Amino acid sequence: MYDGGKIITGLIIGIGLLMAPFFYNAGKAAKAPEPELTAKAKEAKQCVMEKAYMTSSHFSLLDDWRNTVVRDGERYYTAKSGKVFYKSLQMTCLDCHSNKSKFCDQCHDYVGVDPYCWDCHIEPKEKK
Amino acid sequence: MGLDRREFLKVAGLAGLLGLGGKAAIDMFAPGELEASMETIPLTEGKRWAMVIDVHKIDETIIKKCVEACHREHNVPDLASKKEEIKWIWKEDYEHSFPERHHEYVGEDVEHGSFLLLCNHCSNPPCCRVCPTKATWQREDGIVMMDQHRCIGCRFCMAACPFGARSFNWGDPRRVLEDEKLKELNPGYPTNQDYPTRSKGVVEKCTFCAERLAKGQLPACVEAANTVKKDALVFGDLDEPDSNVRAVLRNHYTIRRKPELGTNPNVFYIV
Repeated sequence: MYDGGKIITGLIIGIGLLMAPFFYNAGKAAKAPEPELTAKAKEAKQCVMEKAYMTSSHFSLLDDWRNTVVRDGERYYTAKSGKVFYKSLQMTCLDCHSNKSKFCDQCHDYVGVDPYCWDCHIEPKEKK
Repeated sequence: MGLDRREFLKVAGLAGLLGLGGKAAIDMFAPGELEASMETIPLTEGKRWAMVIDVHKIDETIIKKCVEACHREHNVPDLASKKEEIKWIWKEDYEHSFPERHHEYVGEDVEHGSFLLLCNHCSNPPCCRVCPTKATWQREDGIVMMDQHRCIGCRFCMAACPFGARSFNWGDPRRVLEDEKLKELNPGYPTNQDYPTRSKGVVEKCTFCAERLAKGQLPACVEAANTVKKDALVFGDLDEPDSNVRAVLRNHYTIRRKPELGTNPNVFYIV
């Protein structure tokens, strides 16, 4: 190989540059944020479903709610505990979880999703 | 294997007889019972919602009140532009409300009268037929409903509606919060924190206040009009023979907008 030394050095430098961001950020992975509960949400103890389901599939529930409310006119949801909820993101969910930035946005930003709920639905005014 | 023509007709006839279901069957075997059970229909269980507007009872102030009440309730912005205007309920003159009835010798008070127009919630709605995504459809209680989540903004429904009852969002309605001039026109927007606004690129219109009916309340415009003059706007169930709207329709001569188109509007005008 002609100029083998130069080529290999060049390759090492090139690959090194390409990998630099990985080395630079190694071990600095941002921790998944924990949704913060408001005093009102803590007091209620139980959401409309168990915590595990709400964490993993709240969007399925919300999707189901919006379809049944808008299309079928079924506006009330009976939880397993027998408690009846008015199916409304704006009026029910965000009534307890009024800290949208710490409860919704933080996690959504982390996982890089951008739900368009708030294009129309009005977010609660948060106390700074 | 296979039925011949004769056998098929026999089976089909028998099935037809057995399949005689629903109201007809109840009427045959227990006449009057279904009627009795429908005597008082709560606002949440209408079969064919309708509105009667008494043109003699409404005036500029009532119309203004109705429009304001509706637009406040549903966060409908005033965009100060005829081109971008969003309207759920609005004022119109006689000629444009009832073009087929207009002639040059119409009396002064009719000619220059003000009419309150809104979505007619037609029984045969052309808008629903053309919607490619079923974002607008007719509910079982007759309300022609909008599902903003599904609307793709193609505006076929606007082209299909012969009453101009639909408006398109050319921009985000919340832009009224950014513009100084528009901000002045829309104090406190969004006025109803419990009702969503819309987003850019969807069509919107009157929903007969479906969300209020679900709570047993009258539509916002009816409530607003009735605070000024009783029965200026009457809202009720056409399917119920003893309902308030049926009584009003029995006792007054009423007209509807463009009935010749066969859309079968459910908003009536006492003229």
